Amino acid sequence: MALDLEKPYRLNPSVALRPEPFGALAYHFGNRKLSFLKAPDLVEFVRGLGEHATLSAALDATGLTDARRASYLKALDSLAGTDMIVEGA
Amino acid sequence: MTATLPVPSLVEQFKFGLEAPICLTWEWTYACNLACDHCLSSSGRRDPNELSTDEIKAVIDELERMQVFYVNVGGGEPTVRPDFWELLDYAIAHHVGIKFSTNGVKINAERAKQLASTDYVDVQISLDGATREVNDAVRGPGSYDMAMRALRHLSDAGMRDFKISVVMTRHNVGQLDAFKRIADGFGAQLRITRLRPSGRGADVWDELHPTADQQLELYAWLVANGEGVLTGDSFFHLNALGSTPLPGLNLCGAGRVVCLIDPVGDVYACPFAIHDVFKAGNIRGEGFKYVWQNSELFKDLRRPQTGGICNSCPAYDSCQGGCMAAKFFTGLPLDGPDPECVKGHGEQALSKRDGDVLPKSTQDHSRTGKKRTVSLGLPSVRMPDRACDTSPLADLT
Repeated sequence: MALDLEKPYRLNPSVALRPEPFGALAYHFGNRKLSFLKAPDLVEFVRGLGEHATLSAALDATGLTDARRASYLKALDSLAGTDMIVEGA
Repeated sequence: MTATLPVPSLVEQFKFGLEAPICLTWEWTYACNLACDHCLSSSGRRDPNELSTDEIKAVIDELERMQVFYVNVGGGEPTVRPDFWELLDYAIAHHVGIKFSTNGVKINAERAKQLASTDYVDVQISLDGATREVNDAVRGPGSYDMAMRALRHLSDAGMRDFKISVVMTRHNVGQLDAFKRIADGFGAQLRITRLRPSGRGADVWDELHPTADQQLELYAWLVANGEGVLTGDSFFHLNALGSTPLPGLNLCGAGRVVCLIDPVGDVYACPFAIHDVFKAGNIRGEGFKYVWQNSELFKDLRRPQTGGICNSCPAYDSCQGGCMAAKFFTGLPLDGPDPECVKGHGEQALSKRDGDVLPKSTQDHSRTGKKRTVSLGLPSVRMPDRACDTSPLADLT
């Protein structure tokens, strides 16, 4: 699964996020997969992902450090791999 | 997500508990058409105080609000409740997915089609022997054919990835490959779990729990075949056998990510701990959320645990001291080794305990309530104590 920084992404409408002390638990009602978002700021980021024209713009808007940006991308890649986030505005 | 912000591992975070359980087991009745020797809930007869249809629906509403996305429904035999299918539909309509465990008694061709066409429902058929002989010695006469018939119906209906659930015993560890072949043949998924000395399981645990050699065999099999085989993360005590950690959560989730609601609404720390010591409260009154979030017992389980005498063992990090319920019902201290400790510390502890005063489950709905021996090849035959005990359905009219 390769993320395309120039495309828009959004939280899959079939996915529910349950807030937890560590971040959130993500549940996909379609494929019944469970994932964990291991940071509260990542949860906010994923919730607002669909409001940005591209993934790159969404990341730029956060003002993350390069290292943090890389770890976001890793997490997002795995979320895309399980269909938790999908392409499209 | 640890690059710039140190975040404890998920397992560490799980130890402090969650807003709602991830894995909630909910037993809908103590009634059962079978009387398995190792039944962890000592099921048989329906309890007159079981939750009503409306009470179950109210809990489903609450689970929906708490975002408990799916629950494991069991019993007893949940499908003998006359309102079972109504409750199943209700849960699914309220975004609470259901995975239910059954011995297959009600899974005919028609029900199988209904299940196959319903999203968000999963079925788990219990089978404790890959052969009729081994299965029926523990689960009773006719139970192998009943399970096989249900599996055939589900497969024919086009259902995929339903589960065959096996409790690992001394008599079936050697059948692991055969179980896998059965599952593959039906397009099903194999799930194997640990035998616990809970409920009637306490009466047969000494005879049925895998030997030390079989634990090794089981661990090796899981390392080789673990992908695609489910375990309910129940074998984490075996992790101390090697350097390859078994997939899944390596901790006791009791009261932290797991709990049980029993048929009368009592909430216990885990499905294997039906005893007043592990009872957190009852959903009648305050509701489930209140119990989950405020029970003193659960608060206690979510505090950092000490390994007790296991702290000095180099394997403690991999086994985490094993299963709380297994220790409790074999009379071992909770902060010591698991009775099946792969380093042999459990056996040592067992030899020193007073085996005459073991705690018993505080709910017993067995139709005979007496200990029976497991005679392989000779299915146990039970004589009913009273006429109304012959069929658990008799009191469900």
